[in-house]
Amino acid sequence: MDNFAVIISRLSESFLLNCRLFALTLVFSLPLGLVIAFGSMSRFDPLRWLVRTFVWIIRGTPLMLQLIVIYFGPGLMNMAFNWPSGNSGRFVAATVAFVINYACYFSEIFRGGIESIPKGQYEAGQVLGMTKKQVFFHVILLQVVKRILPPVGNEVITLVKDTALARIIANKEIIMMAGEYSSKGLIWPLFATGLYFLAFVGALTLLLDWCEKKLGYFRT
Amino acid sequence: MPILEVRDIEKRFGTLQVLKKIDFSLEKGETLAIIGSSGSGKTTLLRCLNFLEKPDRGRILVNGEVIFDAADPATQRESEVRRKRLHFGLVFQNFNLFPQYTVLKNVTLALELLAKERPDYNQNKKAILEEIQEKAKNLLSQVGLLDKLDYYPHMISGGQQQRVAIARALALEPDILCFDEPTSALDPELTGEVLKVIKSLAERKTTMIIVTHEMDFARDVSDRVIFMDDGAIIEQGTPEDVFGNPREERTKQFLSRYKSN
Repeated sequence: MDNFAVIISRLSESFLLNCRLFALTLVFSLPLGLVIAFGSMSRFDPLRWLVRTFVWIIRGTPLMLQLIVIYFGPGLMNMAFNWPSGNSGRFVAATVAFVINYACYFSEIFRGGIESIPKGQYEAGQVLGMTKKQVFFHVILLQVVKRILPPVGNEVITLVKDTALARIIANKEIIMMAGEYSSKGLIWPLFATGLYFLAFVGALTLLLDWCEKKLGYFRT
Repeated sequence: MPILEVRDIEKRFGTLQVLKKIDFSLEKGETLAIIGSSGSGKTTLLRCLNFLEKPDRGRILVNGEVIFDAADPATQRESEVRRKRLHFGLVFQNFNLFPQYTVLKNVTLALELLAKERPDYNQNKKAILEEIQEKAKNLLSQVGLLDKLDYYPHMISGGQQQRVAIARALALEPDILCFDEPTSALDPELTGEVLKVIKSLAERKTTMIIVTHEMDFARDVSDRVIFMDDGAIIEQGTPEDVFGNPREERTKQFLSRYKSN
């Protein structure tokens, strides 16, 4: 059996996969969520209907199932496309599943935030000769960010812990690693994983608090 | 030639007709007060002028140029609407300042965005931006807020916010400045400072349309008054005529209610 230092270093190394998955998911799902939010607010009925159905499916099925479908689906359906073999393929598939899943959740938060901004803010920008795009980026966006920060923070914290689901398609994340020890009868590494998550979420909470304070200089 | 001609504007919301054959004109430098009870269509009329609502019928001309014709879709193109609405400025009932920007930035923002479209913007960026700052400071000093440049909207009173909104609208040098019940959202003790600013604009011959419930102010500040009821213009004329010697029964009723209050 490995000694303490080796176990810690292997847990830490596997936690890096959780961290990478977390970071990539955020980087891609936040902008994609905004695009989906606009789709779900479109005045073009078929597009809105399509986007809202998609969001319903993604939010209505378990992320675990989505991981399985996205990773094994192409092979089972004999599609021309398939994931690269080995760890990199597993990781990319997990990232894609996470990005789609979280983008849908974010899109609903964004939609709520955008729709909560009073109409007068849009009108004030318009009568001052701003284009719709200028109104959105120069007047609306920061107000939306301020309003949605708490619910987005919630999702971000959930995401940290959801990264553990990546093991369902055999990504060697931290809980999978700890599981290898517990199956050999060594139980403490499994408990130790909790400390990794706690520390990560603790740091995130501080960061989110800081962002909220930064945006506290104005009121919407 | 009148600076503004409104010709037979009509507007419906569903089955409700909110504007009926609205027809009037305005000379440069004139102040027009629009009075009437709530729901009489005054605000909708202002919103039509500012392209926030689209009339179903009628035409709007500024300096003789047709800027809106309900029968001619070519006058309603989104790309042109943006340029055309700059003929008008609008001061809202609840100010609608941008909360995340300082008082100064509220006034400069639209000017800065417009300046970016100037062909010489990149070469003269610094000079252009400085000019905009100076202009905004001038306007804010006109409305008595030079000491509040770096404040955010939530830090100042409603009356001060509305004065910022007036400076913000003036910054774009509209031909016609519209006020939509500019003091209705204010505590009574704060209305005076806003009315004083509007009055000083009238004295400087700013062309204005003011929708208001402040009858004494309307009488005092305007060159012409329109009384609206149920979506139609019932009576128009000088303040002396409309307030002192109303011809129509409905005008008399409306004004007597204000006197008894």
